Amino acid sequence: MEIATLSKAIAIGLGSIAPALAIGMIGSKAMEAIGRNPEASGKIFVPMLLASAFAEAIAIYALVIAFSIK
Amino acid sequence: MNTENTTELNTVTTNSSTQETTVTVPEYKTEEISHESTLYAEPIFHIGDFTVTNSLFTSWIVVFLLVIFSLVIKLKLKKIPKGIQNLFEIVIEGGLSLCDQVTNSRKITNKAFPIVMSVFLIVLLNNWIGILPFGGFGLIEMGETGKMFIPLIRSGTADINGTLPLAILSVLGANLFGILSIGLWKTINKYVNLKALGGLFTKIRKDPTVLMTAPIMFAVGLIEFIGEFAKIASLSFRLFGNVFAGEVLLASMGAILAYALPTPFILLEVFVGMIQAFIFAILTLVYYTIASLDHDEEEGHGDEEGKLKGAH
Repeated sequence: MEIATLSKAIAIGLGSIAPALAIGMIGSKAMEAIGRNPEASGKIFVPMLLASAFAEAIAIYALVIAFSIK
Repeated sequence: MNTENTTELNTVTTNSSTQETTVTVPEYKTEEISHESTLYAEPIFHIGDFTVTNSLFTSWIVVFLLVIFSLVIKLKLKKIPKGIQNLFEIVIEGGLSLCDQVTNSRKITNKAFPIVMSVFLIVLLNNWIGILPFGGFGLIEMGETGKMFIPLIRSGTADINGTLPLAILSVLGANLFGILSIGLWKTINKYVNLKALGGLFTKIRKDPTVLMTAPIMFAVGLIEFIGEFAKIASLSFRLFGNVFAGEVLLASMGAILAYALPTPFILLEVFVGMIQAFIFAILTLVYYTIASLDHDEEEGHGDEEGKLKGAH
């Protein structure tokens, strides 16, 4: 196997571990918050999406690196 | 997006000599028509020297649809809503109240809403038009490895040239909005903190700690300036990455087992397209809100917000 292909796979694979954990934590905490106070679900939704968008950005950086490895 | 007469998995690799990305595929018989998911949008026709790619073509269709649709609704606008106007009033009402949650003030919402909503609609339609089965319409051209299939429709957001201008537009627009709402001097001071440097000379007698804080404030301003470019990068790459990865995913799933396997993923892509359009629009709105808030008068703003919340 070519080393470039392998390095691409490693870049995106390792790079998406942390964002995956982060998004999982954001989701679980949001669920917990909604469970404690169901009326606040509308208020929680937008900040939750924003936070997960920021966490996801890290994975996107890894994706860009994976694409740019030659 | 779809493979015709081939069952090979598409693998995307980057050419070492040029920036262009090419796809390595196993050897083809000349009769077979191949299609690869390329990182760049494929050109479909030329107007003079201007190359029109399929992504650009699709974004034109989206803009055309939006203009026609909004004109039709605008011309049929009535005081007592009926039919499709009802639906759009619900959408606008919902959007406005959602924006209020972010901005905390109807004044900012009313100013930023037209831009944010149009960005949302353009991104959403672009994302969804890529999933529609129009991907089968296309041109067949002679490529390097044989006959190539080039689809006419490819999401405008599945091309970095489509998402980068949108991101630049929203960040530049946020700064313009800041200049219009809190003034040029305060907006410049956010990035090149002349006020803090000036404070070195005016405040040093009363408060010697300014010697420490002013350089830090200045450095923070410079970091904020770099942060603006990070905003552009993350906005554009997030959208591009999600939509393009979706197209590659659908293509590979279709290659493994046609019809049955891609169906749940198409539903996933519908969802992803909506969420990404929503995130893009909400982040644009957040940038607009941050740009329009004055850090020196935060306490005053707090009072205003309290009053607004009380009124609701």
